[in-house]
Amino acid sequence: MADASRQPVAPGTPPNPPDMSRRGFLAKGGVAVAGLSALAAAFSPLRHLAPEDLPSLEDFLQKHYKEMTPADKDRALARIRGQVRRRHRVEVRVTDPPPLDGVEFVYGLNISRCIGCRRCVHACVQENNLSRSPEIQYIRVLEMEKGSIDVESSDHHYASAQVPRPDKWYMPVQCHQCANPPCVKVCPVEATWQEPDGLVVIDYDWCIGCRYCEAACPYWARRFNFAEPQLPEGSINPNVSYLSNRPRPKGVMEKCTFCLHRTRVGRLPACLEVCPTGSRKFGNVLDPNSEVHYILKHKRVYVLKEDVGTLPRFFYYFDERGSRYAEPPGPARPQEAS
Amino acid sequence: MKRYLAFLWDCFRLSFVGDWRYHLWMAILTAVALGGVYAYCHQLVHGLVTTGMTDQVSWGLYIANFTYLVGLAAAAAMLVIPVYVYRNLHLHDVVIFGELLAVAVIVMCLLFVTVDLGRPDRFLHLLLRFNFPISMLTWDVIALNGYLLLNLHICGYLIYCAYCGRTPVKSFYIPFVFVAIAWAISIHTVTAFLYVGLGGRPFWNSAIIAPRFLASAFAAGPAFIILTLQIVRHYTRHRVADDALLTLRRIVQVAMIINLFLLACEVFTEFYADTRHLASAHYLYLGLHGRNALVPWIWVAIGMNLVATALLMLPASRSLRTLNTACLLAIVGIWIEKGMGLIIPAFVPTPLGEVVEYLPTMHETLICLGIWAFGLLVYTILVRVSVPVLAGELTHARRWGSPAPGAVPAPRSVPSS
Repeated sequence: MADASRQPVAPGTPPNPPDMSRRGFLAKGGVAVAGLSALAAAFSPLRHLAPEDLPSLEDFLQKHYKEMTPADKDRALARIRGQVRRRHRVEVRVTDPPPLDGVEFVYGLNISRCIGCRRCVHACVQENNLSRSPEIQYIRVLEMEKGSIDVESSDHHYASAQVPRPDKWYMPVQCHQCANPPCVKVCPVEATWQEPDGLVVIDYDWCIGCRYCEAACPYWARRFNFAEPQLPEGSINPNVSYLSNRPRPKGVMEKCTFCLHRTRVGRLPACLEVCPTGSRKFGNVLDPNSEVHYILKHKRVYVLKEDVGTLPRFFYYFDERGSRYAEPPGPARPQEAS
Repeated sequence: MKRYLAFLWDCFRLSFVGDWRYHLWMAILTAVALGGVYAYCHQLVHGLVTTGMTDQVSWGLYIANFTYLVGLAAAAAMLVIPVYVYRNLHLHDVVIFGELLAVAVIVMCLLFVTVDLGRPDRFLHLLLRFNFPISMLTWDVIALNGYLLLNLHICGYLIYCAYCGRTPVKSFYIPFVFVAIAWAISIHTVTAFLYVGLGGRPFWNSAIIAPRFLASAFAAGPAFIILTLQIVRHYTRHRVADDALLTLRRIVQVAMIINLFLLACEVFTEFYADTRHLASAHYLYLGLHGRNALVPWIWVAIGMNLVATALLMLPASRSLRTLNTACLLAIVGIWIEKGMGLIIPAFVPTPLGEVVEYLPTMHETLICLGIWAFGLLVYTILVRVSVPVLAGELTHARRWGSPAPGAVPAPRSVPSS
């Protein structure tokens, strides 16, 4: 638009000659050096960035789980195997078991029987390769006051060695795999979704770490990797899957998946297998012969926070007979538990 | 095109020109901003463990500041509405400062959201799988970026026209001005809905949050503009009429009263009903199970808001010094109330009844200070450049106009503060 031949000018004032004096040069140079060194100092912590922390081109170009072709998936699984080998010096078997047709998983927990020993918590940590430092646990067992089902009067940090205490009852809480999941709704990048078999899963390679889902969950079931998860040498469970228990990177969300790497191939969740009281029941609710189907049909069932409308696939139930509370209350039984 | 580049170049040069106070102010802001960069680099290396956030309190100072700043960005709308809707021409000359503030503040908002992300390197995923319209966060992304673009266009166009010495064409900016008014209200509403939509957090799950957002925003924003205008007219030759400040005073006055009224409504509902939903509010105002980190803060905030409102109601605040005090109190009071007071209590107790308190760390605080310093830096530059341009002291014709061979560009010839 402007005429290119015109020369810039400041009318009415004599043109300033450029400051070529020695003093001016030194002052400007000093300012420039100070500025550049301050800039370098500000960025200096980046030198601690390990090369493996930087996302590789492969990481960067990896597609969303749902958009991967079988070949893409194979590449992703191979990449994960390589990453675990480099970081933890362990060979793992990375699979991606698909949801089974005609299956919808539900989980029942018998609060007449649970003794609060926390074996499920520790089995879950081991099975799912959860970070030991900072400590991440998917299951939180609440020690409840008798006569109340209000979580606010519960104790989260009771001593496992003294359970079960006669005037308490115990309520383990983990992801409820809601049919109307608030966490899925809020995710801005669709990094978390509900699978056809009802499991709510996370693509750890897609999550941007905004923690909106963590704020949305009414069961406090989601965990964030605030630091690089630490797994002790030799403790890694080598049977891992893409959507569940493979070692996670820092800065992403994770949660219980009902051990989908086990349950989708016909095994039971680790927390159920370890339970010494048989309080945990798991199965396909669509199968009329399943135990969970029977429980839902015949037992007294309680859904935690039913009023928030999340339609959980995890429920609590009571025994009419055979409850530990049917016995006359006496002194705490000396039960050794971790 | 060439002229536009010349415009940008002149603005760039101009932002380095000023007296020693200007240079000192800019040097301090730069230093604090670099401190923030340093702390953020630490956070990038070690993860968000460098902050005080936990799985229990998973949002902290970053989101608190973000929420407050979204409110501050409303300032523009509150200046624009009187001028363009009610034809109150006192404010005409100062509207641009509101819009420039909106630009600087939205930049800060975007920075606060970015530093809160665990994986900023995956930013592109937002473009590849944008969960719109289900996730309210995607609405916020659109609202904030759209508001930034609208304000950039309006200010940029008006300032560039002044630089070229021509009258702005109304159809090029008036429609955008009206869209921006609706947009300003939408950025608050959408940001409030971010929290309101969570059924598992009773402290947020209340319809009054969005109106309270608007009321406090319409108080804090114009209060900030009043302070800016006082500085502009003290240190530059830009003339700001007393009437403009007094009109703004009336806006702050009304907004503060509505804000306090809504606060009272909320406190009454929570405490009189005394249901299990009270826990978070109890934690905020009175403490819970002996934990009371926020109690002194919220009472200081309420005290500041009450004093500010009282001062604004008195005729004494027609004197500009009293007005400044009232504005400062309102800005800080609302910052505490809308920031920490709105975000943290929703996480205490957790949905499972655990009470874990939140205390920001040094790194987190440095990052917040850094972003504030950067925002002020941007705003200072924008105001510094736009004042002489709008006053017609720096135009294309003056700088590059008449052919006089051998002359060198001399931005110093522009009368500066």
